[in-house]
Amino acid sequence: MNIHEFQAKEILERYGVPVLKRGVARTPEEAAAVAQKLGGTVVVKAQIHAGGRGKAGGVKVVPNPEKAAEFAKRLLGKPLVTHQTGPDGRIVRQVLLESGCEIARELYLGVVVDRATGKVGVIASPEGGVEIEEVAAKTPDRIFHETIDPTIGFAPYQGRRLAFRLGLPKELVNTAAAFFAAVTRAFQECDASMVEINPLVVTRSGELLALDAKVSLDDNALFRHADLRAYRDVHEEDPRETEAAKYDLSYIALSGDIGCMVNGAGLAMATMDIVKHAGGEPANFLDVGGGADQKKVAEAFRILLSDASVKAIFINVFGGILRCDVFAEGVVAAAKEVGLSVPLVVRMEGTNVERGKEILKASGLAIESAGDMAEGATLAVAAAKRGSR
Amino acid sequence: MSILVDRGTRVIVQGLTGATGQFHAKACRAYGTQVVGGVTPGKGGTDFEGFPIFDTVEQAVKETGANCSLIFVPPPFAADAIMEAADAGMPLAICITEGVPTLDMVRCMQFLKGRTTRLVGPNCPGLITPGQAKIGIMPGYIHTPGTVGVVSRSGTLTYEAVHQLTQLGIGQSTCVGIGGDPIIGTGFIDVLRLYQDDAGTDGIILIGEIGGSAEEEAAAFIKQHVSKPVTVFIAGQTAPKGKRMGHAGAIIAGGAGTAADKMKAFEAAGARVVKSAAELGKAMAAALGR
Repeated sequence: MNIHEFQAKEILERYGVPVLKRGVARTPEEAAAVAQKLGGTVVVKAQIHAGGRGKAGGVKVVPNPEKAAEFAKRLLGKPLVTHQTGPDGRIVRQVLLESGCEIARELYLGVVVDRATGKVGVIASPEGGVEIEEVAAKTPDRIFHETIDPTIGFAPYQGRRLAFRLGLPKELVNTAAAFFAAVTRAFQECDASMVEINPLVVTRSGELLALDAKVSLDDNALFRHADLRAYRDVHEEDPRETEAAKYDLSYIALSGDIGCMVNGAGLAMATMDIVKHAGGEPANFLDVGGGADQKKVAEAFRILLSDASVKAIFINVFGGILRCDVFAEGVVAAAKEVGLSVPLVVRMEGTNVERGKEILKASGLAIESAGDMAEGATLAVAAAKRGSR
Repeated sequence: MSILVDRGTRVIVQGLTGATGQFHAKACRAYGTQVVGGVTPGKGGTDFEGFPIFDTVEQAVKETGANCSLIFVPPPFAADAIMEAADAGMPLAICITEGVPTLDMVRCMQFLKGRTTRLVGPNCPGLITPGQAKIGIMPGYIHTPGTVGVVSRSGTLTYEAVHQLTQLGIGQSTCVGIGGDPIIGTGFIDVLRLYQDDAGTDGIILIGEIGGSAEEEAAAFIKQHVSKPVTVFIAGQTAPKGKRMGHAGAIIAGGAGTAADKMKAFEAAGARVVKSAAELGKAMAAALGR
């Protein structure tokens, strides 16, 4: 789960990571009030779940409350398009206002789970404030790694080593080590999947601050973090994705016209691949998961049908935990309830497949049956072409 | 011949009395697997559908001589269940559970270091040696005994490949679903090494996915150590870029992770790479000269 910058900073502050004085505003009036309270020059930052806000015009330094309100008014309620949002952008519903600070140096700090080592890794670079991918591509020697021992945690010597490698002056080394340790503690205790502080700044007065902060949380661990679950912002999600998440379905909206319903992420991706190879465009990625029951399948089907751009539906299911009979019952129930308005192609194989096929047949629904996934994709592409004529 | 599991494997199921656990324990038994009992804390000493139930894995091992544990414990408790199996000295633990918190697995993997347990999963379909033992959630009937090993990060896509092989009259030695989570026990390389050393395996199908660098590492291993024909499919060739907020994950993976990069790596390693999952069976057949 992704969260907003102001929420990320709330978390980090709780663990002792220094951040600037700040406040959140949802109206221009609130923005003026927060700016007044902070006093002097403030920075107004659009809060959306995407990077590249600065370059897109979503961040501005303003001298007084009037200007803060003015800029907030320009942002609030309107979409902000960055290189990470897609062409439609994201509606800005709140802005973060922060006191200004005098920056001497910009650094990078990231904490992630490293698949290769199976441990949590810390990455730091003296090249802060730019895309870390670029740094990695151009000057990989400017990126420093530390791996956290799962039983010990981030050790003080690792913090000092990073600080020295970053070229920080020796009087800042212990402060920096404590800063890094606090960030790793926040990561571990909140079950984060990523924490990124870019830039981590050294101010002219020699303080370290998390000037920007991005935190993603492990969805699978949210069950033990009631406080963090409250950070979820449904406005940042595609409404169909939100609806899908309610039923524990994995759905990602795409731009094509063939609605896909598959069980298993790998097969779902392979299905999208084969639809494209057959000359079609998938409207979505939808993985109903291994343990889907009839209700879940019905909801998934309803979500597909609610997408007006869907001209045909391709169901590709290989039953394992998910039995084909259970799956078929879900499809039939949903199709009868919602009404099947587009052609439906079904390819089904696996556990209880014969029962599943009988259920589909007995339903009287107009279903095109495919023998394998290549045939299914071809049929679905043809059906979508017919539908869009 | 086979790898990891065969008709001599004695299985206990952790979480056998749950809805999913019991369905699959029965299905594994019906396939011919020796399912010798189950573990559900608090239900020890009872009999459940003909399976003796134990309170702890330690007891179950002592009483039944089990050498493999199949785990269906819910996500919040799954890592603990794996550690319990390891502590009981279980040689093989297969965790089917999907949705285990990542940091639980970080701690669990540390716990497994220096212990003798091999973990497969989590979030995987398990293992099957056709005609001998099915220890997982795959539909048994699509498999047939033979000499092709199938190793995959994806469950249902593995079934797809197996089904194609069987339709073509090509059997499988052992199929291993290694799981799709960021942190898993047994990886591609472990399984490739076992296939290479197994006299009963003549060819290998490897199914990967976008993300991470496990496929690139597997390709490097194939180049160095695998002489048997390998057929590869990578899922997610047309997947749009993730909606991640940051890029730190991609950095630590060395900038790798796209389907194109992975396919190139396998081609360079001499593997046969197919663009469509529907071609896996035929490509393997061609590689074996059938």
